[in-house]
Amino acid sequence: MDRSSNQSKQLAVVQQSVAHDSAIKHVTGRAVYVDDITEPVGLLHVYFGTSKVSHGRIRCIDLAEVRSFPGVVAVITADDIPGNNDISPRHQADEETLASEFVHFQGQVLFAVAAESRDIARRAAQLAQIDIEELPAVLSIETAIEQQSWVEPPYEMQRGDAAQALASASHRLQGELHTGAQDHFYLEGQASLSIPQEDGDVLIYSSSQHPSELQHLAALALGRPDNAVTVEVRRMGGAFGGKETQAAQWAVITALVAVQTGRPAKIRLDRDDDMISTGKRHDFRIRYDVGFDDTGQILGIDIELAARCGFSADLSGAISDRAMFHSDNAYYFPAVRIRSYRCRTNTVSNTAFRGFGGPQGMMGIERVMDAIAAHLGKDPLEIRKRNLYGDEGRNLTPYYMTVEDNVAPEIIAELEVSSQYAKRRTDIAAFNAHSPVIKRGIALTPVKFGISFTTSFLNQAGALVHVYKDGSIHLNHGGTEMGQGLFIKVAQVVADAFGVPLAQVKISATNTGKVPNTSATAASSGSDMNAMAALDACNKIKRRIAEFLAGENADAATVKFTQEGVWDGQQLHRFAAAVMAAYLGRVSLSAAGYYRTPKIYYDRDKAQGRPFLYFAYGAAVAEVEIDTLTGENRVRRVDILHDVGRSLNPAVDLGQIEGGFVQGMGWLTTEECWWDEQGRLRTHAPSTYKIPVSSDVPEEFNVQIWQRGENREPTIHRSKAVGEPPLMLAIAVHSAINQAIAAVKSGRILPFLNAPATPEHILMCLQTTHDKDEMTHNQSKETR
Amino acid sequence: MVQAKHSAIRFLLGHQPQQVSGCDPQTTVLDWLRGPAGRKGTKEGCAEGDCGACTVTVVELRDGQLQYRAVNSCIQLLPMLDGKQLITVEDLATADAVSPILHPVQQAMVDQHGSQCGFCTPGFVMSLFTLFHDQRAVQGASDSGLARQDIDEVLAGNLCRCTGYAPIVKAARQCSQQAAAGDEFSASEAGTIQQLQQLAHDDMLEMEFQGRRFFAPRSLQSLWEILAEYPAACMVAGATDVGLWITKQLQQLPVLVYVGEVQELQRLQVNPDTGVLEIGAAVPYADVLETLIGTYPELEAMLKRLGAEQVRNAGTVGGNIANGSPIGDMPPALIALDAILILSSSKGRRELPLKDFFIEYGKQDLQPGECVEAIHVPQRPKGLHYAVYKLSRRFDQDISSLCAAVSLRVENGEVVEPRICFGGMAGTPKRARAAEKALQGQELSLERILAAQQSLLNDYEPLSDWRGSTEYRMKAAQHLLMRFFLETQGEAPVQLQRGLD
Repeated sequence: MDRSSNQSKQLAVVQQSVAHDSAIKHVTGRAVYVDDITEPVGLLHVYFGTSKVSHGRIRCIDLAEVRSFPGVVAVITADDIPGNNDISPRHQADEETLASEFVHFQGQVLFAVAAESRDIARRAAQLAQIDIEELPAVLSIETAIEQQSWVEPPYEMQRGDAAQALASASHRLQGELHTGAQDHFYLEGQASLSIPQEDGDVLIYSSSQHPSELQHLAALALGRPDNAVTVEVRRMGGAFGGKETQAAQWAVITALVAVQTGRPAKIRLDRDDDMISTGKRHDFRIRYDVGFDDTGQILGIDIELAARCGFSADLSGAISDRAMFHSDNAYYFPAVRIRSYRCRTNTVSNTAFRGFGGPQGMMGIERVMDAIAAHLGKDPLEIRKRNLYGDEGRNLTPYYMTVEDNVAPEIIAELEVSSQYAKRRTDIAAFNAHSPVIKRGIALTPVKFGISFTTSFLNQAGALVHVYKDGSIHLNHGGTEMGQGLFIKVAQVVADAFGVPLAQVKISATNTGKVPNTSATAASSGSDMNAMAALDACNKIKRRIAEFLAGENADAATVKFTQEGVWDGQQLHRFAAAVMAAYLGRVSLSAAGYYRTPKIYYDRDKAQGRPFLYFAYGAAVAEVEIDTLTGENRVRRVDILHDVGRSLNPAVDLGQIEGGFVQGMGWLTTEECWWDEQGRLRTHAPSTYKIPVSSDVPEEFNVQIWQRGENREPTIHRSKAVGEPPLMLAIAVHSAINQAIAAVKSGRILPFLNAPATPEHILMCLQTTHDKDEMTHNQSKETR
Repeated sequence: MVQAKHSAIRFLLGHQPQQVSGCDPQTTVLDWLRGPAGRKGTKEGCAEGDCGACTVTVVELRDGQLQYRAVNSCIQLLPMLDGKQLITVEDLATADAVSPILHPVQQAMVDQHGSQCGFCTPGFVMSLFTLFHDQRAVQGASDSGLARQDIDEVLAGNLCRCTGYAPIVKAARQCSQQAAAGDEFSASEAGTIQQLQQLAHDDMLEMEFQGRRFFAPRSLQSLWEILAEYPAACMVAGATDVGLWITKQLQQLPVLVYVGEVQELQRLQVNPDTGVLEIGAAVPYADVLETLIGTYPELEAMLKRLGAEQVRNAGTVGGNIANGSPIGDMPPALIALDAILILSSSKGRRELPLKDFFIEYGKQDLQPGECVEAIHVPQRPKGLHYAVYKLSRRFDQDISSLCAAVSLRVENGEVVEPRICFGGMAGTPKRARAAEKALQGQELSLERILAAQQSLLNDYEPLSDWRGSTEYRMKAAQHLLMRFFLETQGEAPVQLQRGLD
């Protein structure tokens, strides 16, 4: 794979490995993030105070000392909010900006203080006297289920008669698996800067994936219409879903301060407070009951997914839905029932995180594959291949969508050969036979990930393209840049559409004043939707120029925009010359573009429909080794083959695949969110919360874009979304660790390794595996 | 003796001489850069020295040579820069806003697609820039560039959440291949040396801000005098711990004494008569690594995982001991070697076995006005079996769940002087007396190791916390004794091997 960058001076066309548009600014430190914006005169720095109990009724918040601290300018509480005190994304009114009567988790924001410096604001915030009457707290999934404590009612989907299939199957297994929470750990913490405008309006700079929602929530909080608020986002220092809804609170707080004081107001969260007060990936309890035949083919399955949602709904409904939509992963179920519990707990409200429930759903079924294989004494890969979606009769999902683009079998077959899976599996068995302390394991797992927001109306996007008289182009769209390379991809599409060099396209900050009513940049849909909207705008302008150049007597279709210039059927014009001519001919050179994803629908009551336009596929082979004395582990080698359709930018896509995989590996290995018995998160800084570092990535890390990939659907240049799917490739690592643990025993029981597979959990799992093994051993000898 | 003083911090920012006075001596380098200096290229990712986004390069004159060191600016205090050169990401490329000429490390990051969101990037660039000026990069690199393990070592202190590191590793390799050619900074070395010589001085930096005081004494005598006057003063060496008290706990320390300028505390030597390795309390890990590993190669694996490059460049062995942390990695390793602590004050000097320094959690045998002056590590006895094991959730740059150090000799088939010390198993680093007893004078056998494992139950009652449960800590501690035994038996492999495929 050629990853060398093309100089921006060259003609940039799509499908080339062009460097990130901000790469030079990144490496020189000149890329501006919210906290880097030149501070306006009179800037106030905002900080906040939080609840130190998990659940309670506020008796009194005494802020006298806070207010009188030298340098403090304003203190705001729930009472100071003129409009709605609600930042819930779907307006469920279950998440207050500043807590008014009750607190629902440790870390919930109670009040905000604005001061002349950030240091003063932080010191002053510590002086509040807070009196909260503690109430019983629900902290675990188990307690929530017991008390039927939900943020949304349980939901179910089924196809066929799972109970009947289970009852009549010749083999049946049940099991349970826990997957842990995950902090986003975007390197740039939450930040927002609000600047008061005329008429009591406000301009907000935020590190947010969802400017339109911030605009709306700030307007509601201020009791003003949406048009009183403008939100601008140039770039984020990482987001991963953690700035889809979680950026709103800080934007709203600074907007309130700015409007109330008439001074600009900025907030930037300290890392610890960011980790304590903002949501994470949902931890899940997954249960399965599966029936299968002698070959390992699944006959029926019953899956239960329980998500710890935290204290409010946030996006938990859609996340739990997506977990259900992915609890089949790439496998066909003849009969299936999937139940989902959305547990309300007195912990931080969990939220979107790359994969959005999909990873948890897939972890369940991949465990099932390993369990069936262990039970039958077969290679797990054989079981996986046997259960893949297939042709007519084996291509219907549990939600009645027909899988039309199944390339999983091809990808798996290619990867199996290129990674030498079979040989290495044999070698590993031989190694393990002679290595009592160090054990190795290998696993191949596939990914099939549905692309589109499952909330259908979100699948729309807008863009705004201006062509100036000199031929330079201004590009704007509703998508936000968080490092994923969206801006460069869309710019490539636009440059290609006009036939101009990439450097001629000016990328501009996302701004609600330019493109309204946008959806979050999420669900991997950024380039699918925004590039299409931008292309629509380009096509409108091109059509107008073409009609002008063709004149009344010629067919506008003869006018072509090529890399050499604009061909009007008779002669070639430089692009700038054609543009100037069109301007002088009074042709509008600005257009708004729009796109809505076709074909998709979903009937929630019936749990049937086509929630996805298409699926993205991939597969990974991971080889690991564990130290059975300590539980330490190491990934020795990873091979990945991933489908991105026809890549818009192979370098960017490869970066998404590698980065997504490593992030997923962190979720399943070193990253552990640890709450104490009082519901306090104790891993709230990089000293205690460990995301992967360079040495965790294996030296042999063979990552390939699937060269035969092509989207069957008419997406932008037949590409496929790539943001989320690769994260789930990391399930291979977890599965391989479990295989390594299994190598210590003789029986046919799969170890019950939960995630994350930390040294502690691996060692404890080894322990129970030994014990269980002994038990089966003893039982078979009938000594008990 | 009255020492001459000055109250302005004098250093080079790039090549620009700076003189900063009237500021809070607790100001971090990062806050100064992003605030008064208007350099916003350096980012704050965590404000505790764990993510590397704020990495900058500090250059010092050492024996007439420039020594480049990457440090976390978020927990370095501004006065600690006195007499040094500070290089930030802004200094590397030409100033042209549209198409600057990039430094080779910046170009490598662009060429390899090493940035996505870009927020961690300036930190990586500065780590790579420091590598570029490191002899390792020049000498260690083959035609294909620096080995992966060496690159990982350099990058362990920089977190990236986007790329998965593969392109950054490639960038590191690319720039290590170019390091021999040098850059603008190598070209202007003579001028920099001259500038730093002009900054050099013998007077003490002393600052006062809103009633709080800061001293940077230059001699032991001067340090003793200050401590005699301010017995409750907070001593700071690398600030890798104290820095967090400031950024996280918002502490305002009434008297701060920076010991990094005290010449006697910078000593690192082997006593020619006794063979004892004498480590001055303010010697950073980065300087002590080679010497320590030379005598005790068993320490290498742990030392290279202690903190990360940025932390080892600032943090000191003396600080790791003096702060009394129950989870510091150095105390168990040194206690197992029977290291001696040299404590001194204006009233005199005393020697204390390191094991006796830790009284209980948060309490050490350090008198008011007294400082840790040096650590004496005995000469390596013949036939020593020694091992240090660090267990953590993540392999690199993680605080230990537990840390084990075992040393013993076998003479005439009998175990002699077994010393077993664990960190993370009690409120202090603590010897496992019962386990030692189970081995003392016995044959080193599987049976005795099993007995020692059992004895650990009497030695420790470890806590349950986020770094490990009681059950895990005990089980793993027992297993580490087994690992030690298996290793003495020469059975391989009993540990994961990193980067050796």
